[in-house]
Order: sequence, then C-alpha cells, then structure tokens
Amino acid sequence: MAKVQFTLNGKPQSVDASPEMPLLWVVRDMLGLTGTKFGCGMALCGACTVHVNGDAVRSCMTQVRSVEGKTVTTIEGLSLDGSHAVQKAWAEIDVPQCGYCQSGQIMQAASLLSKKKQPSDADIDEAMRGNVCRCGTYLQIRQAIHRAAELQSAQGGKA
Amino acid sequence: MTRITKPNRRDFLKVSATGAAGLVLGFALPEHEKLEAQFNAIPRVNPSAYMRIGTDDSLTFIAPKAEMGQGSLTGLAMLLADELDADWSKLRYEFAPVDPQLYGAVQGVVGSFSIRSYFEPMRRTGATARAMLLEAAAKRWNVSAVSLRTENGFVINPANNARLNYGAIAVEAAKLPVPVTVALKDVKDFKLIRKPLKRLETHDKITGKTKFGIDARLDGMLYAVLERSPVFGGKVLSFDATKAKAVPGVKDVLLIPGATSTNGGRTMTTGGGVAVLAENTWAAMQGRKALEIKWDDNGSGAVDSAAITKLFMEKIQQKGVPARSVGNVETALASGAKKLEAVYEAPYLSHAPMEPMNCTAVIRNGGCEVWAPTQMQTFARDLAARAAGVVPEKVKLNTMFMGGGFGRRGSVDYVGEAVAIAKAAGAPVKLTWSREDDMQHDLYRPASYVKFAGALDASGWPTAFSAKVASPPFPNVDQNGLARTAVEGIHDIEYGIPNIQVDYHRPDVHVPVTFWRSVGFSQNTFFTESFIDELAAAGGKDPLEFRRRLLKDQPRMLNVLNLAAEKAGWGKAPAGRFQGISVVNNIGSFTAQVAEVSVTNGKLKIHKVTCAVDCGHHVNPAIARQQVESGIVYGLTACLKGAITIEKGRVKQSNFHDYEMLRIHEMPQIETHLVMSAENPGGLGEASTPGIAPAVGNAIFKATGKRLRKMPMRDADLA
Repeated sequence: MAKVQFTLNGKPQSVDASPEMPLLWVVRDMLGLTGTKFGCGMALCGACTVHVNGDAVRSCMTQVRSVEGKTVTTIEGLSLDGSHAVQKAWAEIDVPQCGYCQSGQIMQAASLLSKKKQPSDADIDEAMRGNVCRCGTYLQIRQAIHRAAELQSAQGGKA
Repeated sequence: MTRITKPNRRDFLKVSATGAAGLVLGFALPEHEKLEAQFNAIPRVNPSAYMRIGTDDSLTFIAPKAEMGQGSLTGLAMLLADELDADWSKLRYEFAPVDPQLYGAVQGVVGSFSIRSYFEPMRRTGATARAMLLEAAAKRWNVSAVSLRTENGFVINPANNARLNYGAIAVEAAKLPVPVTVALKDVKDFKLIRKPLKRLETHDKITGKTKFGIDARLDGMLYAVLERSPVFGGKVLSFDATKAKAVPGVKDVLLIPGATSTNGGRTMTTGGGVAVLAENTWAAMQGRKALEIKWDDNGSGAVDSAAITKLFMEKIQQKGVPARSVGNVETALASGAKKLEAVYEAPYLSHAPMEPMNCTAVIRNGGCEVWAPTQMQTFARDLAARAAGVVPEKVKLNTMFMGGGFGRRGSVDYVGEAVAIAKAAGAPVKLTWSREDDMQHDLYRPASYVKFAGALDASGWPTAFSAKVASPPFPNVDQNGLARTAVEGIHDIEYGIPNIQVDYHRPDVHVPVTFWRSVGFSQNTFFTESFIDELAAAGGKDPLEFRRRLLKDQPRMLNVLNLAAEKAGWGKAPAGRFQGISVVNNIGSFTAQVAEVSVTNGKLKIHKVTCAVDCGHHVNPAIARQQVESGIVYGLTACLKGAITIEKGRVKQSNFHDYEMLRIHEMPQIETHLVMSAENPGGLGEASTPGIAPAVGNAIFKATGKRLRKMPMRDADLA
C-alpha cells in the first residue's frame, strides 16, 4: 500500500492503494466515480478513457502511482452539467444507444478537440479508432465531433 | 375484448403518502398474434400499471421493458404520452418491478418485441388515463366532459379558458370508474409519435450518471470474480486458495455451487466455480490469478473446431427432419437444365456487449435483492431464487441499464452466480466478469453448416431449392426434432420456387448456444441470399431482376427491394465499385440492402450501404434509423471479422485483440430509408443485421467473380 496524491476533477485527492493498481479501479471502486467504464482491461476498447494532464489515457492500464502529482479528469469532471462542447454536441445528435462506451468516446473526443480545433474525418478516425462502440454509433460520433468543433469555435475556442 | 382493472387502492395510498402520485392506472393487453413467441408472451388478460401522475403534477412512466440501447424506453413512453396529451418535458421514468401478474409470466426484452407488442396497449393506457382526467375535470367544473379538451398536461375548458393540470385532478380521476373503451388518435393527430424526439436518458449517458448494472454499489459490499471451468460443463475437482488468500485486499476464497431454474420452457443454469472476494475488483482479479484449481473436463477436453465441422458434415449425410417440403425437389433437381450445389459455413460468435456480465446481490430479511443488467427479468428473478434458496416472490430484482445485450443478457447465469456467491459469503457482493470471462463463458451464436442444391430451367429460372442444415439446436426442438432457430431464414424464404425442401440435421456439441442478434437469420440470410445470387448468376440474370420476378407476389418484400435499388442507384455504381443486394423478412419487418464495394489488390473496402426498411408503423424515426445502422454494424462485424473457435474443449479467443470489432475508420456510409407505413409495427433491433453479409458477399462476387461461402470474410483471398 502507498499513499498517492493527485488532482481529481479539480479537487485534491489522496488514496491509499497498491501502487500498481490501475487508475480505473481506484476511481470506480475506491472513489465511487462509476462514469468511467471497464470494458476489456487491456487498453483495447477505450471505455475507460480519462484525461491525465489533459491527455486521453486508458485508465485500465494506467497504474495509480503514475498519476502522482498529476491532474486526472473523468467524465464526471469534464463539465458540471454536461455543458462541455463535446457533451452538447453529443446531446444534439443524440449519439448514445446503450451508452456504455460513451464516457470513453466523449473523453477521447474532448482530448482530440483540445489539440485539433477543426479535425477532418481522417483526424477523427485516427483519434477515435481505439474506442469500440458495439452499438455502432460511429457515424453519429463523427458527426458530433464536427458539431462540437463548431460549438467550440463559436465559444471562442474554449470547450 | 379489453378488460380494464381498477386502480389498486393500497398502491395508491402508498405512493400518495410520498407525495408522488395520485393516479395509478391498470389495463389489460389485447391478444396480439405476433406474441406467440413464448419469451414475450404477455397474458391475454393481464392488468398492469405503467404510469403515475403525482399530486405535484409529476408524470412517471413505469417501463415494462429493460433498456440496452434499443431505445424502447423512449419509444414506449412516447406512445403513452401522446395519447395522454402529456407534457413530454415533465415525463420521468423508472423500470417496472418483476411482476407476472402485471407484466406477464415471462418478462423480458427479446425478439425485437418491445414496440410491436406494446404499440396499441401503451397508447390505450394513455388514452384511458386521459379520459379519466377529462371526466374528473368535468365533475369539478360541473360541465360535460365532451365539452373539454386536453393539451400538454392540462385539461382545458374552451368556454372560459379554465385550465387544470393533470396533477391537480389526479386523485379525483383515480376514484372514477375506468372506461372500458376509449378512442385512439388518428395518425394525423399524433403529436409525439413519428417525431424524432431525443432519448429520455441521453443527458445521464453523456455525463456518466447512468447506472448500469456494473455501477451498483452497496454498503459493506465485497467485490467478487469467479473462476469457471475452462472447458464447458467441467467441475472443480480440488483447489488450493493459499496463494490467492495471501494477495493484499483478498478477503475470502469460496467454492460456489451451480444452480438451475426453469420457466417458460427454458432452463437457466450456472455451473459455479471458485470465487475470490476482495476489497476491490482489481484485488479480486489478482487473487484469482493465484488460484490453483484441478478441473474435471466433462469428457469434452479434446473437442476442437475441426471436430465440430466434421460432426456437422457427418450429420448432413444422415436423415434429417423436414422443415419445409413443397413439390418434389428430388425430381426437379434430376430434371433441371442446370444444377448447382454449394456448401456454406458460419462460425460460433460471441455477443461481446461493451459492459461485461455482472450482477450485485445481497441475501437479507429471508429474501434476496439483486441489481441486474438483464434482458429477462423473470428468468433472473427465478434463478436468483434458486441460488438463494427462497421462493421467487422473496426476490427483489432491480432492473439496471444494460451496456448492450444482443441476446447475451437473455441468459442469466451471471445473476445466479452473484446470488450464490453472496449467499456463501454472507455479505453483499458485486460479481464482475472480466472481458476474458465474457468471451470464453458466453452462450454463443451456434456455428452452422448448410449444403444447398438448386436447379434452373432452360430459361434460367429456378425450379428447385434444397437445403440441408446442420447447426446445434436451441432453445429446444419441437416434437419432430426440428430446431426452428436453426432453419429460420432458409425454410421460410418467400421466393416463388415450385419445389423446395429444407431439412434439419441435429448435431450436439458441448458448447452452450443461445440467441444472438437476429438469431438464425444472422447466418442463414447470408447463406440463402448468397445462394439465390448464385442461382441468378447461373441463369444469366441480373440479381435484382431475378429477385423481383420471384417475389412478385410478396408486395412488401418487392417494395423494399425496389426502394433500396432505386436509392442506391442499382446498376449505376461509380467506376471501380460494385454492388450486391439482399432482401429479407424477419421479426415482422422487411429489409433490403445494397452494398457498394471495391476490391483493390485483394483489399476489400465497403464504401456505402443503402438500406430500405418497412417496419410498419414506426414510433421515433431517429431511433429507428439508429437501430437500422446499429444492426448493420453488428452484422458487418460478424461478416468481416467474427469467429469463435474451439480448442481443447474451450474457447480460444479471449479479448478484442483476437475477437475484433468493427471500428470507426472501417465504417461505410450508411443511408437508411424507412417506408412510411400504417401496417402493424414490426421489430427493428434485429431487422438489418442479417442482410448486410450477403449484400457484401454478392458485391464481392460482382467485383472479383469469387463467391464467398464462409464467414468471416477476412479469411478470404480476394487477390
């Protein structure tokens, strides 16, 4: 067991955990934030995607000790009320079906848009190909990312 | 005849005390000819409750169907709210409890039945409540109910513009006699139905708030994983938990017995195993890796995919059970101007929903409470009862959102496991399956092997169609030994061919099998629609013209076929691109698809899919289109990539690296055309899954001259 300190969704967080425990299980089981999903445990599906220092990472393969002193954002912290440009676009297009992969999809898309303000279809495919959606919402995801780029641009580039 | 029951007084008082409700309405479901399927058989006379109007003017829809992405939560609420003239923005929802008296002996979501079974009853519920609210307002105002109207959650008196919201008169309305007959709206008067309304739960799903089964949390809960026999049907001989118990965070290791329940002619089982319980899921997983277990392999430890195929081939040689006999196929085959034979194959498939199986359970107060992401609430309750050792009435089942189902969650083994573990542990338990568990301990879409023969006359038109089908049976066989799920999509073809013979040959394999999105059609439509294409080519006919002529007496099939062809620009593909077509009638809907592909240096690219669907009345065109696209992606994944193979009696594949999913960069453009229809609603969740593989295969034939007779197609050499 080791004490690991990091910033989670804007607040200081300290956990006493096995240092190699994946961030996914720290967030879900120890801290009770269940918006981040378990899908494969091998970084093959993207359902567990969160941001560490603004980058999209697979929390199922991220040891908690590696986030010491860093800033972690989960779907619960992306916005207070679903007001992030990506979430607004997702709501407008009504993307989710079963919805299980969508936290990961949204976190991945938000990371893409923070780095590329006007992504092309090819940019989107490249950034999103690690995120599986078994319901097949891919075309709506692509459409929603373009829409989020518009919303973001209308808000002066801020998500 | 529709019988409507009076509101349940005790329930009314109970909810009323919480300030939440005034009007609780029950009604009876009419007989629906499509409901013969036992899994969805709602009793003919069955009072049930689907809504509450609160004295605070709240409106709660009580959803009889679980939600796994199919959208019926929203669609059913729209049916109710439209006839009720409710304020849609106020509508909230909750999932109904398991109650055979209210919701049928077997309550569940299978066969794309949710909307089609409830299309009229849910509207009738709303219309009946509206009539009672009108009557209550009329009494209050001392006017005639026919002089009043309703709008957006209000009763309005046009004479003086007086308005009462539904909540204000709900208590009075609940005391009125329930009208026996009510008028339903004409299509032109729909305010919500046929509008592309957003799903009710979208906001929660994009903010991480939705509670899927895997998100259940109880005070004092232990996190469990279960090691099951790697060979299906095997049992624990002995185990050593010493090392597992030494893993930090592990609390206990327990031998878990199996359990069995039967309902609706279906048996649900869990085989048990060795459970590791820990402070968190990860610790439990680490402990499990340290388990040492000796297994009995049930005598199946040597079975592999090659042996299974060999068994299918042997069975085909033996006498089968006739599924359909028209005319005399043998004579027609012998006398045809041209004869064709072909063998088609499809592998076992896993469902692989994004949310792995899981269930949370606690044994307390002489009963059992479970939180289950399940398609089959009644089966889940019954197996939980058996595992807990209590009567079903002592089980409280909380229906959770499902991260996909696709038929997998129609089996409830994981529910029985969680309850058995909670019982053994004497503590609340959340059982989580790993992805590997999910893939290697699924109940699979059965593998299938079909031998076709066909004959053409001198003009190139078919005179004979024969199929011998070998595929493991489920959920049962009829009195003649026929497994209908194994032959659907073959024996029921609608093509006008004078001599048809379809036989079923039963192979028994130890691999568990079950429903998989679109069931037998998922492989059989690929077989049939590809072989029909072979017959067209052998007769020198255009595949569209060939189908048109053979379907001339099937107007709805013909209509979608023509619509898809027209919208796709049949015969006018851009240079270097080639088209293939398919048409099918399943789950009460009619679907035609045109796939447009190119093959460059042996590399296949699917550019576009044009899909025409006649599902009768549709409720929400946006969700309908989503379901059509979703079904195509699911079918395309199987068509191109999906294969579960067996080695040493167990499943070889383990995760998404060797059981691959279609991803965003592989998506074709999809264009969906819904036929505007007032026919009885058909299903949609499974309508488009069967037709994509043959459309793609037929397009590949056009492009390369190679006929693909085996899925997945990724293994085919197209160079």
